[in-house]
Amino acid sequence: MTAMLSIGGLWKSFAGFVATRDVSFELLAGETHAVIGPNGAGKTTFFNLITGHLRPDKGSVSFEGRDLVGLPPQKIVRLGIARSFQRINIYPRLTVFENVQVALIAHEGQQWNLFRPGRSLHREGTQELLELVGLAPEALETAGELSYGKQKQLELAIALASQPRLLLLDEPTAGMSPQETGETIASVRDIVKARGLTLLFTEHDMSVVFGIAERISVLHHGVIIASGTPDAVRNDPEVRRVYLGEHGHV
Amino acid sequence: MPQRRHLIASAIVVLLLALLPLAGSRYAVDLTTEVLIYVLFALSLNVIIGFTGNISFGHAAYFAIGGYACAILLTTYGWPLALALPAAVVLAGLVAAVVGYFCVRLTRIYFAMLTLAFAMLVWGVAFKWKEVTGGDDGFTGIKMPEMISHHVGYFYFTLVMVSLGVAALWVICHSAFGLTLVAVRENSVRAGFIGVDTRHMRWAAFTVAGTFGGLAGALFGMYHRGMYIENAFWTESAQVLIMVLLGGIHSFVGPIIGAAVLYLLQTFTNQYTPYWPTVLGLILLVIVMVLPDGLIGLVRRVKARGGRS
Repeated sequence: MTAMLSIGGLWKSFAGFVATRDVSFELLAGETHAVIGPNGAGKTTFFNLITGHLRPDKGSVSFEGRDLVGLPPQKIVRLGIARSFQRINIYPRLTVFENVQVALIAHEGQQWNLFRPGRSLHREGTQELLELVGLAPEALETAGELSYGKQKQLELAIALASQPRLLLLDEPTAGMSPQETGETIASVRDIVKARGLTLLFTEHDMSVVFGIAERISVLHHGVIIASGTPDAVRNDPEVRRVYLGEHGHV
Repeated sequence: MPQRRHLIASAIVVLLLALLPLAGSRYAVDLTTEVLIYVLFALSLNVIIGFTGNISFGHAAYFAIGGYACAILLTTYGWPLALALPAAVVLAGLVAAVVGYFCVRLTRIYFAMLTLAFAMLVWGVAFKWKEVTGGDDGFTGIKMPEMISHHVGYFYFTLVMVSLGVAALWVICHSAFGLTLVAVRENSVRAGFIGVDTRHMRWAAFTVAGTFGGLAGALFGMYHRGMYIENAFWTESAQVLIMVLLGGIHSFVGPIIGAAVLYLLQTFTNQYTPYWPTVLGLILLVIVMVLPDGLIGLVRRVKARGGRS
């Protein structure tokens, strides 16, 4: 397999605090890869650097051979990278349906169409995506009034609407009940498989991580201290010392 | 389908307005002409306020540019209306595009202040460029085509132009573009991550608003047979802003109602007392304290309560 996403020597600091320290990383096409690490390890910053939300101080990010550094998020999405957010990031006052519909409109580049009625576009595509993530019954509800877990599902539907080849999910099950977590992970796994997506995700629930990840990278104080198969990572002494050991259940 | 219901309702309103001159009151015809012009002006501003979530404090600039340009082209250069009016509207749109290019880099109060600054520049040009604009004497004696020089003819002309303008804005606001603008307003970060260039969208909205504001201004100038520097002053921007807020920004009809109510209120108040600014202050107070979503919001709340009981 070839590298879909290559990151080399990535640095990012905020007012002296180094959030990403010389990170090099390769993501293979088609793999399901987890980034784990304690709170504040720099996982979200890492995602923000890849997706253009933040600009790295130093280093390179290339996706399918294209340099992403300096590109704004909207350009990176169009290259085939979509993401969800750890903290809910939807249009809370729009309906669930509209949340997804707008993403489809944008994906098709129809945001510049001043004549076609927006609400008549992509009705089927929107419906399909809502069914895929199990939100069809809530289609006409105001998005901000959904339960937390359902808003997370909506995040996923919005990300999928951009028809990415690489999907980045930042803590897709954070704040969910154990049952919701199980359902979400099962549906993510099915979708990734059915669509042939490459998945990069962060997660704090170790059972989820070791359940679906094919490879795992461990981030600690902005540094990747280990990267490899779940077994290799589980048995890595450094990882056990700084991270897994603290949890004691792996 | 709601769209069809809206279409029929709008057709009835336009038809009733078309019958107005039959009542024989010149006063009513003139008043309605002005209300129609302000309806279009307020609606154009709401493309910025309601659809991008930014407050423009300088919308009078495009109103004035449309008004002055149309007046000057008709009178100084003797252009026919069929050329002068579109040229004035395009000019207002072009200036809005240039100004908007800078303004949309900012948001919130900084956006508002920059729109105000550009509007004051426009006012300054109207004031100082005396040989072209007439300076503080105003630009008077606009040459009007025969067909619309009578007040009833002008009323029908305004009715047609405003109806077309409102219809065009309706289509734009409900288009894929309009829906995407709402997404940008609601969460511009998320909109960026679905592949929308949010700044370009807001720029386009600003240009659309300026274009239709220019049309309203051109109609205004011809109605009054003159344009005055006050029409470019910040108080004019404030007035149309209050119209929009009074009607309600998160509804297409809101600014239409706001413009009509505020204008009529002003006219009637002026008949009884010279203290219109005081009344305006009270209205503003009421909007801020109890009507944050405008008259439309009030109607919706009353309806919702009625539905429950």
